Amino acid sequence: MSPRGVALRLDGVRRVFENNLIVIEGMDLLVETGEFLAILGPSGCGKSTLLRLIARLAEPDGGRITLAPDDVPFQTAFVFQDAHLLPWRNVLDNVALPLELMGEAPAARRQKAREALDQVRLLDAVDRYPAQLSGGMRMRVSLARALVTEPRLLLLDEPFAALDEITRFRLDVQLRELWRRRRMTVVFVTHSISEAAFLANRAVVLTRRRGGIKLDRRLDLPEERNNELRVDPRLAAEMKTLLGAMEEEEQ
Amino acid sequence: MRKAVPALIPFVAVTLATELLVRGGLVKAYLVPAPSSIFLAILDNGTELAAALGKTSAAALIGFALSTSAGIAFAVFLSSSRAIQRAFYPYAVFFQTVPIIAIAPLLVIWFGYGMRTVVAAAFIVSIFPVIANTLTGLLSTDPALRDLFRLYGASTRVTLFKLRFPAALPQILTGLRIASGLAVIGAIVGEFIGGQGLGSVVDVARTQQRTDKVFAAVLLASLLGLALFGLINWIGAITLRRWHASEQPA
Repeated sequence: MSPRGVALRLDGVRRVFENNLIVIEGMDLLVETGEFLAILGPSGCGKSTLLRLIARLAEPDGGRITLAPDDVPFQTAFVFQDAHLLPWRNVLDNVALPLELMGEAPAARRQKAREALDQVRLLDAVDRYPAQLSGGMRMRVSLARALVTEPRLLLLDEPFAALDEITRFRLDVQLRELWRRRRMTVVFVTHSISEAAFLANRAVVLTRRRGGIKLDRRLDLPEERNNELRVDPRLAAEMKTLLGAMEEEEQ
Repeated sequence: MRKAVPALIPFVAVTLATELLVRGGLVKAYLVPAPSSIFLAILDNGTELAAALGKTSAAALIGFALSTSAGIAFAVFLSSSRAIQRAFYPYAVFFQTVPIIAIAPLLVIWFGYGMRTVVAAAFIVSIFPVIANTLTGLLSTDPALRDLFRLYGASTRVTLFKLRFPAALPQILTGLRIASGLAVIGAIVGEFIGGQGLGSVVDVARTQQRTDKVFAAVLLASLLGLALFGLINWIGAITLRRWHASEQPA
């Protein structure tokens, strides 16, 4: 299947907070079309700031961020650390929200929301409210909400960090399968070395300060990932490499 | 009905105790009348009290409706920027600290005797909780959800009506619950000066040493406040029951 993503390019990106703290300084990064990139790094290294800049939720203080092609509005979707659903809307209306904000007709957006929910296997929960869902289900709704616009660029900011391990494993597999089917470009920020290695085709470890790149590695793992891979020596070897870079940075 | 039982127990106990204390001569009836006397005062003055209750209810409801609409609109205005908050919010706080009993005579000069003065008093007393609670709610919108709306190009108006208002609804309803009681208090104070409704009944009965009638009017005013409070609670239960912890079973 041909990639339906975008290429993402960062040239000399700089971001300074209001207290003059330089969070990212001169970052260069090229993410290829349809690539699944994981970004790892110690706390406070600017991972989430980087995602906000890519999503254009914040402006860089220097440098450029470009998408290619950049011919379609709203081609970026964002999945936050928590599900952040609208509690007064049921599951179907939460998932349809991006399309509603983009001005899509009610019948069409509901149909697309059902399709997105089908992809995360939540069609039987369309009428439920967020308070009636488990943490894992809420996160799947959040994922469906991001997928409903068929984004070319999917940004995820530690989306499964608050979930139990079994749910997390299940969602990792689902996310990887969704990416394989759609081939959008994915940038996945995480603290978890095992999650980064399991999900991504390429992993970048950021330095503790100013968003420098400590390690940029293409992961030598099979295309199809399932839970058997979690005990595979190849995954362990990749994790060891990433861990080494992280430990050096922690020291 | 079962929900009302816990609240009725202290009411029945205090009523019975007061009745016994007054009948036993331990409390003078001209200071605190027996509950049975208050009940009789309501029956004996039914027509007068019903008319007064109607006027007080109308004034309190109009004042409450005005404070709700103006308070929410002003809070939306205040929430539009930090600079606007800094410029105007202190005046809202100042407005709240003005003692209504002190400015009530001014209201009569401005609006004359009657309904308009009473409505103005109810409005002035009840608007601040609406402003303060609505503002808190509007400023507490989840930043991630604001980002989500920005990501999909939502306008300020769409964000207000589809995100900030619904998210602020629990706080807005808290403000309305407080304001509903205050609107009745404001109306009664306005009626002391403006000369109508239950406030006027209390004032006249006081000069006649008719404490039973004073208590009857006060009881009706309290029931009016309770009814308004119950109305807001009912609206809250309808709108929040599916999604807000405050309206869900423990």
